[in-house]
Amino acid sequence: MADAVQTWLPGLQISARRSASRGLKQFLRHRSTIAFLMCLPLMIIIAALVIYPAFYSIYLSMLNKAQTRLVGLGNFTFLLSRDVFWMVVQQTAIFALTAVFFKALIGLVTAHLINNLPARGQRKWRGMLLVPWVIPLALSSLAWWWLFDPTHSAFNWIITGLGFHEIPWLSDPYWARFSVILVNVWYGAPFFLIMYLAALKSVPEQLYEAAAIDGANAWQKFRHITLPMMRNIIAITVLFSLIVTFANFDIVQIMTAGGPRNMTHVFATYAFMLGIRSGDLPLGAATSLFMFPILGIAAIFILRGVRKRGREIG
Amino acid sequence: MAEVALRNVVKRFDEVEAVRSINLDIPDNEFVVLVGPSGCGKSTTLRMIAGLEEVTAGDIYIGGEIVNDLPPKDRDIAMVFQNYALYPHMTAFENMSFGLKLRRFPKDEIKRRVDNAARILDIAELLDRKPKALSGGQRQRVAMGRAIVRNPKVFLFDEPLSNLDAKLRVQMRTEIKRVHQMVKTTTVYVTHDQVEAMTLADRVVVMNGGAIEQIASPHDLYHNPKTRFVAGFIGSPAMNFIRCHMEQNGAGLRARISDKISLPVPASLTARYQPHSGKALILGLRPEHLTEPRRSDRDQNCEFDITLDVVEPMGMETMVYFTVDGQEICGRVDPGSAKGPGEVMRLHANMNHMHLIDPQTDAVL
Ligand SMILES: Nc1ncnc2c1ncn2[C@@H]1O[C@H](COP(=O)(O)OP(=O)(O)OP(=O)(O)O)[C@@H](O)[C@H]1O
Ligand SMILES: [Mg+2]
Repeated sequence: MADAVQTWLPGLQISARRSASRGLKQFLRHRSTIAFLMCLPLMIIIAALVIYPAFYSIYLSMLNKAQTRLVGLGNFTFLLSRDVFWMVVQQTAIFALTAVFFKALIGLVTAHLINNLPARGQRKWRGMLLVPWVIPLALSSLAWWWLFDPTHSAFNWIITGLGFHEIPWLSDPYWARFSVILVNVWYGAPFFLIMYLAALKSVPEQLYEAAAIDGANAWQKFRHITLPMMRNIIAITVLFSLIVTFANFDIVQIMTAGGPRNMTHVFATYAFMLGIRSGDLPLGAATSLFMFPILGIAAIFILRGVRKRGREIG
Repeated sequence: MAEVALRNVVKRFDEVEAVRSINLDIPDNEFVVLVGPSGCGKSTTLRMIAGLEEVTAGDIYIGGEIVNDLPPKDRDIAMVFQNYALYPHMTAFENMSFGLKLRRFPKDEIKRRVDNAARILDIAELLDRKPKALSGGQRQRVAMGRAIVRNPKVFLFDEPLSNLDAKLRVQMRTEIKRVHQMVKTTTVYVTHDQVEAMTLADRVVVMNGGAIEQIASPHDLYHNPKTRFVAGFIGSPAMNFIRCHMEQNGAGLRARISDKISLPVPASLTARYQPHSGKALILGLRPEHLTEPRRSDRDQNCEFDITLDVVEPMGMETMVYFTVDGQEICGRVDPGSAKGPGEVMRLHANMNHMHLIDPQTDAVL
């Protein structure tokens, strides 16, 4: 505060002493002006890459299939009347919620395990466990696709070797759902791991010492200290992951392409099928736009909790 | 309520020997202060009593029982940390009751104890605030409340006041003393502030370099320090250490500190210092015993003239600095009698309070 006043006072004095030709210089002196100018390039990029496409897709979603005339909300009402669309809504919800739940759980458990390792071992494990997150998703999805292959793959080879029946990983709808969720968890858990690890390190050691003296055992320390102290990080990470998972495309497209019988479609792959495969771009755009209000509501709820706790704990 | 004892307690962190064979006996209800310079092992000692650090060797007793292998929660101690270590997501009430809740106390008993502690500490109206909404002094009180409600055998404090501003620190110091008088409990208190140590303690433990230099009451520590370190550490400004030569003067002794100045050793101390006659020693004299000549304790032989270098008025008194034989010496005089820098002033040394230190062993003779 004092700092801000100091940097701006010379500006005032100069303007009082000298002529109006100094106006621009004084204008530039304002912190907010400079801040705005420095942010401008980013704002232009965001406008070009996010806002324009967003509005364009809204416009697109209101055209007819041939994109020759406006049909208003026609595409949306058409989608709402289709059973497959409702199946996609349900499947996306199942996909995103289960995947995020297990990612969060596995991330939390591994973060704890790693945090309790001696410092040198930590680095090694952290590096190794980050690998799934670093490999380009399209490539790793392909690798998983091979692993799941019914006849020549490693998984079924091991399973039959152990005397069990082959598992139709990707051809049975329910196994296919399981498989895509599994791969998504495998891919996304390291992100949670790294966020939680950072959060764990930020909890002051003395709180645990105070709790130890207060009589808390390991579980009680976790339950009463770690978890509440990490709730904001958990909430933000979950929100972030929820958005990304909800909009996931690569894994499902590469492994099942929505099949069998549309039973693994999520919003993105369904929109892709309608828009690109079947050539009805407006309908595809309308499908993907349905994600927006759903995620928006989730974001509002999660962020409200985060803000409230942030104010209290600080 | 319990006594605490440390027997040959050692703590080693890899290479560093933080605590070197400490022996300490604290009777029931005593308020003991560990004081010493930074890094001398005070916190480590306290944390070993708490069970937050394991002892490398030796035994710790609480209430007559060896507690070396007991975890902190089974030692029945409560600790107040320097930065309070309040749980940020809990209200003051929840912070204070957490330990009781974990120990499955009934709800009404918890409430009774918290209310009682809140009354003692005057924080009753703050109980449903979170730590963030409390001032430093209020957080400090909640942290103390958290210790009090447990009604433990031993209170442990690790520099609980050093995060407070000067005025609040004095206020909380009195508060801690008051609380200890109300809630009689064995207390170990760590600080590096000697004023805190002197005002709070029944007994002070002066530590240096991982070892105990002296254990004594504040009064004893001030008047009868056992080592040069203690003599220099307790008292502010610090005791003057002046090179001197013990000279025989008939039946008496004189401490010669320069060609011109030699001060007579009082008759009452002659016998004690007689064996050191003829040796080069260090004369320890506190600034408060180097004053302008005052009527009552006047002894012409103890007066000498010096030229002042620096004069620091403190209000109630004035510090005067001068050099003898290249050694800076501080005196503490009445503001009315202080001369300016560069001027000659007559000072009187109250030799009844002199100390003699052996420069080889640093022991007070
Ligand atoms: N966990 C640790 N690992 C290694 N060395 C340590 C550890 N804790 C303390 N030490 C060392 O032990 C010595 C004593 O530390 P301690 O914290 O007890 O000092 P202190 O008297 O409390 O000092 P201060 O007044 O600064 O708090 C120091 O030299 C310190 O560097
Ligand atoms: Mg310390």
